[in-house]
Amino acid sequence: MDNLLSIITFLPLFAALILGVFLRGDDAAAQKNAKWLALIATSATFLISLFVLFGFEASDPGFQFVEEHAWLLGLKYKMGVDGISVLFLMLTTFLMPITIAACWNVTTRVKEYMITFLVMETLMLGVFCALDMVLFYLFFEGGLIPMFLIIGIWGGKDRIYATFKFFLYTFLGSVLMLVAMLAMYIDAGTTDIPTLLSHQFDAGTITIAGKQILGGMQTLLWLAFFASFAVKMPMWPVHTWLPDAHVQAPTAGSVVLAAIMLKMGGYGFLRFSLPMFPVASDIWAPMVFWLSAIAIVYTSLVALVQTDMKKLIAYSSVAHMGFVTMGIFAANQQGVDGAIFQMLSHGFVSGALFLCVGVIYDRMHTREIDAYGGLATRMPAYALVFMLFTMANVGLPGTSGFVGEFLTLVGVFQVNTWVAAVAATGVILSASYALWLYRRVAFGDLIKESLRSITDMNLRERAIFAPLVAMTLLLGVYPALVTDIVGPSVEALLSNYQTALNSAEAATRLAQN
Amino acid sequence: MEKIILFAPLIGAVLCGFGWRMLGEKAAMWTTTGLVFLSMLFSWTVFLGFDGETRQIEIFRWIESGTFTADWAIRVDRLTAIMLIVVTTVSAFVHLYSFGYMDNDPEWREGESYKPRFFAYLSFFTFTMLALVTADNIVQLFFGWEGVGVASYLLIGFYYRKPSANAAAIKAFIVNRVGDFGFLLGIFALFFLVDSVSFDDIFAAAPRIGETELSFLNGTWGAANVVGVLLFIGAMGKSAQLFLHTWLPDAMEGPTPVSALIHAATMVTAGVFLICRMSPIIEFAPSAQTMIVVVGASTAFFAATVGLVQNDIKRVIAYSTCSQLGYMFVAAGVGVYSAAMFHLLTHAFFKALLFLGAGSVIHAMHHEQDLRAYGGLRHKIPYTFWAMMIGTLAITGVGIPLTHIGFAGFLSKDAIIESAWGGGETLAFWALVSAAAMTSFYSWRLMFMTFFGQARGDKHIHEHAHESPNTMLIPLGALSVGAVFAGMLWYSDFFGDHDEVNRFYGIPVHEAVAEAGADHGAATTEHAAPSVEGHGDEVAHAMTAAHALPGEGALYMAPDNHAMDSAHHAPQWVKAAPFLAMLLGFGVAYLFYVQAPELPGRTATTFRPLYLFFLNKWYFDELYEAIIVTPLRNIGLALWKRGDGNVIDGAVNGISMGLVPFFTRVAGRMQSGYLFHYAFAMVLGIAVLITWMTLTGGAE
Repeated sequence: MDNLLSIITFLPLFAALILGVFLRGDDAAAQKNAKWLALIATSATFLISLFVLFGFEASDPGFQFVEEHAWLLGLKYKMGVDGISVLFLMLTTFLMPITIAACWNVTTRVKEYMITFLVMETLMLGVFCALDMVLFYLFFEGGLIPMFLIIGIWGGKDRIYATFKFFLYTFLGSVLMLVAMLAMYIDAGTTDIPTLLSHQFDAGTITIAGKQILGGMQTLLWLAFFASFAVKMPMWPVHTWLPDAHVQAPTAGSVVLAAIMLKMGGYGFLRFSLPMFPVASDIWAPMVFWLSAIAIVYTSLVALVQTDMKKLIAYSSVAHMGFVTMGIFAANQQGVDGAIFQMLSHGFVSGALFLCVGVIYDRMHTREIDAYGGLATRMPAYALVFMLFTMANVGLPGTSGFVGEFLTLVGVFQVNTWVAAVAATGVILSASYALWLYRRVAFGDLIKESLRSITDMNLRERAIFAPLVAMTLLLGVYPALVTDIVGPSVEALLSNYQTALNSAEAATRLAQN
Repeated sequence: MEKIILFAPLIGAVLCGFGWRMLGEKAAMWTTTGLVFLSMLFSWTVFLGFDGETRQIEIFRWIESGTFTADWAIRVDRLTAIMLIVVTTVSAFVHLYSFGYMDNDPEWREGESYKPRFFAYLSFFTFTMLALVTADNIVQLFFGWEGVGVASYLLIGFYYRKPSANAAAIKAFIVNRVGDFGFLLGIFALFFLVDSVSFDDIFAAAPRIGETELSFLNGTWGAANVVGVLLFIGAMGKSAQLFLHTWLPDAMEGPTPVSALIHAATMVTAGVFLICRMSPIIEFAPSAQTMIVVVGASTAFFAATVGLVQNDIKRVIAYSTCSQLGYMFVAAGVGVYSAAMFHLLTHAFFKALLFLGAGSVIHAMHHEQDLRAYGGLRHKIPYTFWAMMIGTLAITGVGIPLTHIGFAGFLSKDAIIESAWGGGETLAFWALVSAAAMTSFYSWRLMFMTFFGQARGDKHIHEHAHESPNTMLIPLGALSVGAVFAGMLWYSDFFGDHDEVNRFYGIPVHEAVAEAGADHGAATTEHAAPSVEGHGDEVAHAMTAAHALPGEGALYMAPDNHAMDSAHHAPQWVKAAPFLAMLLGFGVAYLFYVQAPELPGRTATTFRPLYLFFLNKWYFDELYEAIIVTPLRNIGLALWKRGDGNVIDGAVNGISMGLVPFFTRVAGRMQSGYLFHYAFAMVLGIAVLITWMTLTGGAE
């Protein structure tokens, strides 16, 4: 199995091609076939990806399952995973069948809808597997297009505005990243990511237009990448596209967006910013800390006053991503482990929360919180599931939500106690908005006439939630499943980071003498 | 066996919560109750057979990251053993009691099944509370800490149709989270200082922490003080101490068995347990100790004043709980942790008894909770009356002054008041003594208004008042036994002389005994007898020079901590003071509510501002609403509309002004469906390109 990663990555695309070429008609039977094919393809992808997980040598911090082929124009096609990326691969393959199952009720352009999701899966998997910068860029930017289509075509009534906002934000970041990649190619002479990881970019202070730039070239490159990844995360203050995008996106789109696409930003920080530009990361870490801390408090407060369920959860996503960026740039084992854990956990939890919204949206066709109340009476199973994920969102120990939040805070506390203290207020605020939401939706007496006949979750919906519930609890009780795989790679990353910082410091001292 | 103690309630909760449809309601409830009784049986075995040796039982790995390791494990030492019997005993009897109390609850409609859910929550709570007290590292303790918080949230909001219950549940969770904020920072600081979160490592490092400086936020502080204060903030939340107490009275929205189990006997004492557990750190943190004493004494006093005028039977007891927790903190703050644990133990019995008794009254009175609607009930519900009487005698501290014979509260509360004196905290001493007088007043007021005098309120209800079923009376009887004897039985273990206490807690021979004995031999001539022992020890220790280190044994008392010995040698009037205060309270209550029932009204009119101040709980809720809740909501709105809307989006829109016309044109086409095809072709194109490249690349 030399090309296992390629098989996994392109299997969904293959299925999409089959759908596009062979499936004709738009009647109920064709729609059903499209859904089943997509479900089978994504499930098969997940099953095959299990081979990667079980074949992965956790103690080896290097890249594994590496494939390398020449490509056109002298470019290379190179894939591989290490401890940092392999779990994102698994997250994606795990969530896609669930996502497909979640759009079972869609009736407009079903074939195209399925094709879009399948193509998107390929592109997302490619982002986490690519070991060549150009390849990474293609996947990373390509992933925008299907999402753009999902919101723009299958979205709510203000979908056009949301789509453009989403596109504008991410596009601007991408342009800068592309320029930076060109500069890196010119400097290092290669687009090979493992080579770039050991390449030392110049960090000597340079002067541009009379302004001294600390960290020189590294700083410029770092900022360019930051522009792209910060938008993707999204970090405050470039987060405002996310609530709009989520509100307009269909349920399945929201799930993919929140659970997987946001993680690309965090993954980018870990793959590029931190290891390739250590000096710049060190210089800019305080800024990231404060942006993260502000994000946590700011978006939590905003979440508190939302009247739209999806918007509330979207804002809470931004707050949770604040813990991620903070943990990454704490640049210690707990911080980075915690950040990765938080991203994975958020994948399950926020995905599940958007699905929870989807369940009642399908029934009542509104996301207004005020339209609900007292659902616990008629929907006990739903109330239980929703409660579990609400608690995971709040970061209750025993659920996966706790581990990431806790470890990132442990990591940051060692670097900056102020930031840790400000960010820890998120613990209070998240409880406020999440429980307040839950209370207004599920508790209280069921008095609204429209809700009298609402039905509890059906078998399909229960089946969708079951794996998510299992993962949330499993990772909360036995997080070693993740940290064992992530740990060695993070350790290697951080020791390289420290070495690079030390040598850069030595160089500066030498220059001063 | 310890594993069974811990997991039996969890299994019960899962079986009952998910399996009741298969098992049937009754069977499910009995299963979970039986499992908790099993836990109780084993807990008593552990407690009585405990040899003083700390043991750790590994379960499996939990959070690991670099040098950070927190495993699931059970730590068995004397503190754990005490908490085990407290938690499982009260929990088992509350389960039993709930069979009667929750039957035919008027909050639910015909045919609704709520009892299995209630029992599942109770058992789940028991599990998390046990996880808290058996924790071997501070992160696992935090797991239990949050777990009980959730269980409490679910149970306070058990009547989820009632808006007031929902509000109370959320309030409880969020106010606790404010405390957790401090607790978490404390954990981070500990890990930063010790590079470990296991208790053994932390305790071993305690002396070093005591000498370390920690730069935290804007300044540099003594590390032990920072940690101590932060952890205490956590304890304040959970144990409803002043400023973070507002959730506890509201928590009475939950069913009464919940109030007895969670909001009186177990969960709210977790804060006291935390401080005792962390005694090695607290001993090196003088500022934290001062804070604990001040907050504890203020709470004891404040809550007692509010308790004086409340009219809801459960709220009176709730404020009483708040006040008694303050007592425990004072003891912990002056360094007499064993006295704090003593009161925790006895309080669990008599307060659970009082709550369950109140529940029995409420049950008899068709869920009427207003004291003003009671009266003359002692003939209608005699068993409940006698149980409540025992509880009242215990909480007010009835006993024979200057001896060790009396109800549970007599011994443990007096131990704390003497400790406050012994620790040199005169102000706290007086606060506690006056709180004792008020305790006596409001407890007897409750008794007189409920059981004596004429029947008030709805005549119909009074006529139908009936004694509760046996499932409710048996727990009352069992807890009464504890409320009577717990104090006398364990006095010497918890508050005897140093050697006995040390043996009980598994603390190795302690040089401080010698020093303390010597000090007192010199300082107080009237107490020659104990110092003989002391001198004997001094000789022995002078030779071995053995000194108990932090972490050896369940508690740590620094060599210069003589509070307990000073307490034993307190003057006679100090020892008699709480008894006199109790008599005073009783006398006034008798005068007000039996002799001259018109007096309370007159007094309230005369001191109207003060009366309203107490009745409205010192206006804490209103204050918080005005200075925290409302402003935060407004800030949130402003950030959303102005920050996100005007500033950020405004800026972005401004920048993109040039692009907008272009996009609007595109948008027009998109709706017509053309762009969809273009874009779709683009995606497929990219996809095909990549595939082709891969395949051709792979072929080479």
